[in-house]
Amino acid sequence: MASDHRPGSRSISRYTVRSRDVDPRAEAIRAGAATLGLALHGAVDIADVVFVEGDLDDDQRSRLGTVLADPLLQVGSWDVPVSVAGEGPHVEITLHPGVTDGAADAVLHAGAQLGVDVRAAATGRRIGFPAGTSDGAADVLLRRLIANPIIEHWATGRADPDLHPGGTNDVPVELIAVRDLDETALARLGAERSLALDPEELLAIRRHFTDEGREPTDVELETLAQTWSEHCAHKTFRAAITVRTSDGDDVEIAPLIDQLRAATDAVAAPFVRSAFVGNAGIVSFCDGTTIALKAETHNHPSAVEPFGGANTGVGGVIRDVMGAAHRPIACTDVLCFGPPDLPIADLPDGALHPRRIRDGVIDGVADYGNKIGLPTVAGAVIYDPGFTTNPLVFCGCVGVAEDRPLPTGPFAGDRVVVLGGRTGRDGIRGATFSSTTMDATTGAVAGASVQIGDPVTEKLLIDVLDGADELWTAITDCGAGGLSSAIGEMAEHTGADVELTAAPLKYPGLAPWEIWLSEAQERMVVAVPPTRLAELRTRCIRHGVELADLGTFTGDGRLVVRHDGEPVLDLDTRFLHDGRPKRQMMAEVAVPDRTPGSRTVVDPAATLLALLGHRDIASKAATIHRYDHEIGGGTVVRPLVGVASDGPGDGVVLADPRDSHGIAIGIGVNPWYGLHDPEAMAHAVIDEAIRNVVAVGADPERVALLDNFSWGDPRRPSTLGDLVAAVRGCRDAALAFGAPFVSGKDSLNNEYTGADGHRHAVPPTLVITAVAHVPDVGRCVTAELTAAGNVLFQIGPSAPAFAGSHLDMVLATSTVLDGASDRSAGAAPQPDPGAPQRYVRLHRAIRDGLVQGCHDISEGGLAVALAELCIAGRLGADIDTLPHDDPATALFAESTGRLVAEVAPADVERFVLTVGDVVRLGTVTAEPVLRLPGVAAIPVADLATAFLRGDV
Amino acid sequence: MSRPAAIVVAGPGTNRDTDTVLALDLAGAEPSVVLAAELTARPELLDGARIVVVAGGFSYGDALGAGRMLALDLTAADGGRLGDRLRSFVASGRPVAGICNGFQVLTSTGLLPGALGHNIQGRFDCRWVELSPEPDSRCIWTQHLDDDVHCPIAHGEGRYVHPDPDSLAAAGQVALRYRSRNPNGSIADIAGVCDETGVVLGLMPHPENHVLARQHPRHRHDPTTTRTLGLRLFEAAVRHVK
Repeated sequence: MASDHRPGSRSISRYTVRSRDVDPRAEAIRAGAATLGLALHGAVDIADVVFVEGDLDDDQRSRLGTVLADPLLQVGSWDVPVSVAGEGPHVEITLHPGVTDGAADAVLHAGAQLGVDVRAAATGRRIGFPAGTSDGAADVLLRRLIANPIIEHWATGRADPDLHPGGTNDVPVELIAVRDLDETALARLGAERSLALDPEELLAIRRHFTDEGREPTDVELETLAQTWSEHCAHKTFRAAITVRTSDGDDVEIAPLIDQLRAATDAVAAPFVRSAFVGNAGIVSFCDGTTIALKAETHNHPSAVEPFGGANTGVGGVIRDVMGAAHRPIACTDVLCFGPPDLPIADLPDGALHPRRIRDGVIDGVADYGNKIGLPTVAGAVIYDPGFTTNPLVFCGCVGVAEDRPLPTGPFAGDRVVVLGGRTGRDGIRGATFSSTTMDATTGAVAGASVQIGDPVTEKLLIDVLDGADELWTAITDCGAGGLSSAIGEMAEHTGADVELTAAPLKYPGLAPWEIWLSEAQERMVVAVPPTRLAELRTRCIRHGVELADLGTFTGDGRLVVRHDGEPVLDLDTRFLHDGRPKRQMMAEVAVPDRTPGSRTVVDPAATLLALLGHRDIASKAATIHRYDHEIGGGTVVRPLVGVASDGPGDGVVLADPRDSHGIAIGIGVNPWYGLHDPEAMAHAVIDEAIRNVVAVGADPERVALLDNFSWGDPRRPSTLGDLVAAVRGCRDAALAFGAPFVSGKDSLNNEYTGADGHRHAVPPTLVITAVAHVPDVGRCVTAELTAAGNVLFQIGPSAPAFAGSHLDMVLATSTVLDGASDRSAGAAPQPDPGAPQRYVRLHRAIRDGLVQGCHDISEGGLAVALAELCIAGRLGADIDTLPHDDPATALFAESTGRLVAEVAPADVERFVLTVGDVVRLGTVTAEPVLRLPGVAAIPVADLATAFLRGDV
Repeated sequence: MSRPAAIVVAGPGTNRDTDTVLALDLAGAEPSVVLAAELTARPELLDGARIVVVAGGFSYGDALGAGRMLALDLTAADGGRLGDRLRSFVASGRPVAGICNGFQVLTSTGLLPGALGHNIQGRFDCRWVELSPEPDSRCIWTQHLDDDVHCPIAHGEGRYVHPDPDSLAAAGQVALRYRSRNPNGSIADIAGVCDETGVVLGLMPHPENHVLARQHPRHRHDPTTTRTLGLRLFEAAVRHVK
């Protein structure tokens, strides 16, 4: 390739790398095309392309080439590829300018180490479709499967990436005239700038600047919009809510957040250190150590860019734990998707296919957790048509720290210091984006709301901060709203004066408001006493982390932001944080059907097999194996259990390898109960989360809870009514179990207006994460049968609750199981007042070593729980007694508060005395067959096949 | 007896360094984590160590191929001074191991034969595996193992590739093979290989995550799993330098 040596011109070489063996990405494209109904006739050719700017001679190219391609694995070439007649379309995909490109950074690093003068680099992919592929088919595949228009673009033939993104540095600050606008004009301004503010809030802003006698700058207006967004301010949870009862009376209720806090206060658990303040909840289960826990959602970003959305969701919640001054030790994820087999014709306009979303989200979760080096241990994957356009991605993180006084800064005079990644034009307006509902155009216009994660940078941040507590007085992460929200929150009681040009940028040309609001990832803000700055800088240099000193926490109560010395924002922190008028909202709470239900099950054996193969209940091994759940060496009870490590576990247990005690993590989620009875649903999922940790050996009297609500638009009174009911259920359950909430988050507006004009809202989805103390990890038990001759017990009574059950789902969708003509909803599973004490007694039995195996009874009822125990242990069970007169209730009802325990014959008497409230079901058999009364015997191999085959 | 000093090499993105430190500590060594950049700046740090382990993780985020950037740091940087020191470290008979990403690093440096490609299934995979030590291996890390090693894998690019695995085995350079289940399509079920001298070991699985009996998923049900500890590899290296 001839170099162009004219002054100012740029010489770009390109290196193409192909795998010698079949590239797995090629097979993924072929398989993905088939799911889109597009058969490819022949192999897909895929290559990586590296674009290098610099005057490279042959020797330099050769040296760089040895790093870019391993001769045993790959073939590399500096030749420019040419298209050959008769081949299918060839396309090159590159990232949009400014999107984080770690591979390009590595090319620069390699150039430096090799002494090759690489001035700039970019990377991309080259896709060759097989002959006979039409341009139209290639375009569909690129848009829907291979590339992501939000972060990438492509060109037929050869791409020509822009290696120098950005533009002029001289971007002016705008003044936005608001003082003379009437309500209509204010609303129009709000819509034009995507402020997502209520009319009353816009009026408050107009009043404030009228009083100040000036117009706001764009920086100020955008900052207010971010700080006052639903995402940051939780307006609904703090709103004054009027509930309209079924009698038509209006009743004022306490703000939802206050109700949850009041429950925590009433529980008064001695182990709670910090609840509902700061970035994460903090508890202490044993002397000397505290634990931080947090769960977040990243729903909207995952809908438009599944990989990046989920990836940065994980990164964000890890930073929340770092922002609570704890070292992260483990991650959790709960994922809700539309049906993976949704026909293409049924996919709403503009939405990605659920399978694409599912695969991208799981890739994103795995990529971040695996690379940053945290075990992703607990979670759930569930499917429902209600999640097709609004997937839900709940990411959790747990951290540990030495017990010490929490930092109380910032103090006047401390430096405002940003650590970590550079600031770019990524993720701008994420907080307001996630506070609006979506429609068919969202994917196209929300590009700037998507961030790309860099787990290695965040790993380095963890290393820099670990053990450096004495160097700072306050810390928070840069999440939604970027610097505006991080510095804005930190400066709430002191004020701050910061200079935006001191922030390191990924590329030039960012407007001041973009720097201030960018949600570029992997950044933490710390308040540093001037005397400690040098030491922190030294640590950062050692670990290769960038440090930027942006200014001072002043103490004068004003937030001042400058660009080149000129103020672009000057706000009273009281107005910023307290100036928002309280939202007034109306809720209508439906009266749920709580009458006992009944079901006729014609063929219980076939029904059980159908349940085991149902996508919610079936094995999630394919997903679980994507996550490193071993790193750290502290995973004592894993998500998969049993002789072949393919049985579904309940909670997981983590313990420092040298400690005898640990923590258990359990998850509860069930949106289907929420459709019938949100209050009972909340109670049921709290029960389930606690049941999961008790089942593995955790102490039910030392459980802390996280609540994460994902709901539709709360401005619809019935949707808010569901939320009000769920919070009531949360409060009652927390009190009943003596389990405090220590942190929570709500993600509302999970709705999508289709091109048909219809609103698609998610079902009411509450994810509860329980984190509990495990006093002795040597006594942990798992969900598997362990020895023939052992006795099986059901703990807790069964009740005829079927609404929202998986029995109803398989009966409704199956043609062979027809005959359930009496199917009527009736009650969803209701609270079991005996459960809390029952769990305490069961825990005593587990601690005393009286339990060999234990499994909670949840989706699919007792029959599924027994089947899963058999699968995990590859042993059979001979059940002679059912815990309820009605077989459908006994086998398939999902009433709460129940578990199955396996007890050695010698321990039966002590076990029954200790636990009480049990039904002896039968015994474990060496013959691998599950025998249930009145049901055809089922070989365990058949149970396992159904369970494993359902892993879609 | 004194505890031999061990260096755990970490680069940006290495994440099993603390697990490796625990393993070396339990095996009787005195481990410390040294960053690649520190080694580049002060290659003489190697002189004080008796054992070197390049820990697992995702150095440089696997950009441009797993392990390649860290390998470049350890060899090419500073005109190759560090690479020379590393080779003389090996020549003096002191044990070196690369685990997972560390294995990928060591093949890229040329200290170990072969290369690691994408798992045949095309995905990252984390699961426990069984490894049988090759009886005729010259590898000092695995030579005296009587029982299989059980430990987890956690990688996406662990398929061992070598043009002539038979000659590798004949030379005593195959250290460990996957038993019963080859999790990634490695040629001839090879899980770990050593160099011609037997002091440099590379393996994809993580013996550092099975250094305590309770880390085995079946420890509660099968007491014989205590015989499968990965700790024994580190103990062998410590014995070798004592």
